[in-house]
Amino acid sequence: MLIKSENVSVVIGKKEILKNINLEVNFNDFVTIIGPNGAGKSMLLKCLLGFFKPDNGQIIKSPDLKVSYVPQDFISDKFMPITAYDFIKLNKEFNKKEIHDISEEFKVDHLLDRQISNLSGGELQKILLVRSLIERPNLLVLDEPTQNLDVSAQMGFYRFLTQIFNQKDLSILMVSHDLHMVMSSTKKVVCLSNHICCSGEPLAITKHPEFISLFGHDFANMMSVYKHDYSHQHEGDSFD
Amino acid sequence: MREIHLIDSYILNALYAGICVSLIGGGLGCFVIWKRMAYFGDSLSHSSLLGIALGIALGINTTIGTFIICCLFAVLLVYLQSKRILSNDTLLGILAHSSLSIGIVSISLLNKRVNLDSYLFGDILTVTSSELLWFVFATIFVLIVLSLIWNKLVLLTINENIAKAEKVNTNLIWGVFLTLLIIFVATCVKIVGILLVTSMLIIPAASAKQISKSPVQMAIFSSLIGIFSIVLGLYSSILFDTPTGPTIIMTLVIIFIVMFPISRFIKI
Repeated sequence: MLIKSENVSVVIGKKEILKNINLEVNFNDFVTIIGPNGAGKSMLLKCLLGFFKPDNGQIIKSPDLKVSYVPQDFISDKFMPITAYDFIKLNKEFNKKEIHDISEEFKVDHLLDRQISNLSGGELQKILLVRSLIERPNLLVLDEPTQNLDVSAQMGFYRFLTQIFNQKDLSILMVSHDLHMVMSSTKKVVCLSNHICCSGEPLAITKHPEFISLFGHDFANMMSVYKHDYSHQHEGDSFD
Repeated sequence: MREIHLIDSYILNALYAGICVSLIGGGLGCFVIWKRMAYFGDSLSHSSLLGIALGIALGINTTIGTFIICCLFAVLLVYLQSKRILSNDTLLGILAHSSLSIGIVSISLLNKRVNLDSYLFGDILTVTSSELLWFVFATIFVLIVLSLIWNKLVLLTINENIAKAEKVNTNLIWGVFLTLLIIFVATCVKIVGILLVTSMLIIPAASAKQISKSPVQMAIFSSLIGIFSIVLGLYSSILFDTPTGPTIIMTLVIIFIVMFPISRFIKI
């Protein structure tokens, strides 16, 4: 276990944002949280990351947990002059070789000398991901990372993320709206609507009545045509 | 036109004080631009008049009075912001002008002969040697503290949540930055005056932005441009017998405009 929440509840005003959430992320997990707007997805991440103290319940972290975070709607400030390289190393214990190796590995080395204000949304997200890999985290937390990207950049981003997941020894916890992509690249999906409606393998949850009531029959049927393509996952996968 | 004796001690004091203000303002001004806090800086300097009134009323140093009032102003602002009753700019507008008015009314009620002009527009030529010592200490203090929190503050400015996730104590770092900003306003009001404090923060940094490639570079260029303007502005104001504060700001504006064509050729 890397990190887990036990009966976490958050009440703001009179609204119960999170209700008895039990979520666990293990080594080499790829967990995606989906759910409608206002479902408490970002709040759950805030609690897990320690930005927000839940009203009830607790967060348990493994002693060797090393979190790295890619935020929601990251927009580079065009008034601050800073190169991608300087941004990656900012406030990190790093060595030059490590940054260059990772950048080469993920083919972003040509971006290092560019000002981050001149990068496209997709390039910026890749730089953010590369930055999050410095100092070797074992848990990567992403909050709606593709919100500002167009469809082709979104696909590029998920390919990139899958590559990271396959090549690096880490777990990923992500909040996402892109259900199509989620279904094809995630190991485990948690469907949140203030409480956990259902969770499990992507294809299994599309058959869950609460998933269908949240996203509709059409969508659930459409989802079932997706299949995930992890080589280590095919064994025992009854949906193939 | 007057004859200029650069050896005159009051001119030298003015020069050194101006250099101190440029050194502090250069670094802080960058964050004011990045964080879009120009109006905050402006409001802070407006509130400083109340601090001057407090200083005169209590018979203490006006710089200390300004420092106290600016701190209270910042705390009050952060508190009201957290209540989310009004938008930021509305709050700033109300706080700035109310404290400015209370300050002016209090000064008039104190029945002391106070030259309001010198507080509004500054009077760098009246800096005494003991005040200069204060500026030098303030400058060294601000520069050391700023360099200690620099990386964390830059990260916090780029994205607060990334900073939090990387275990930066964002409230502490931000509080330290605001305190430095208040120290700047308290010292700078005396030099360039309330109405022009914001310009000393913003214009050098805005000029430096055009030729800089990194945050540190921008802070250094910003300080250098500030120093250059102080020297040139001071010299011109004596030469043409014009008010010193506004002349310095005019110099800054001219440099800012000149930077546009220059930045096309130089990007260091």
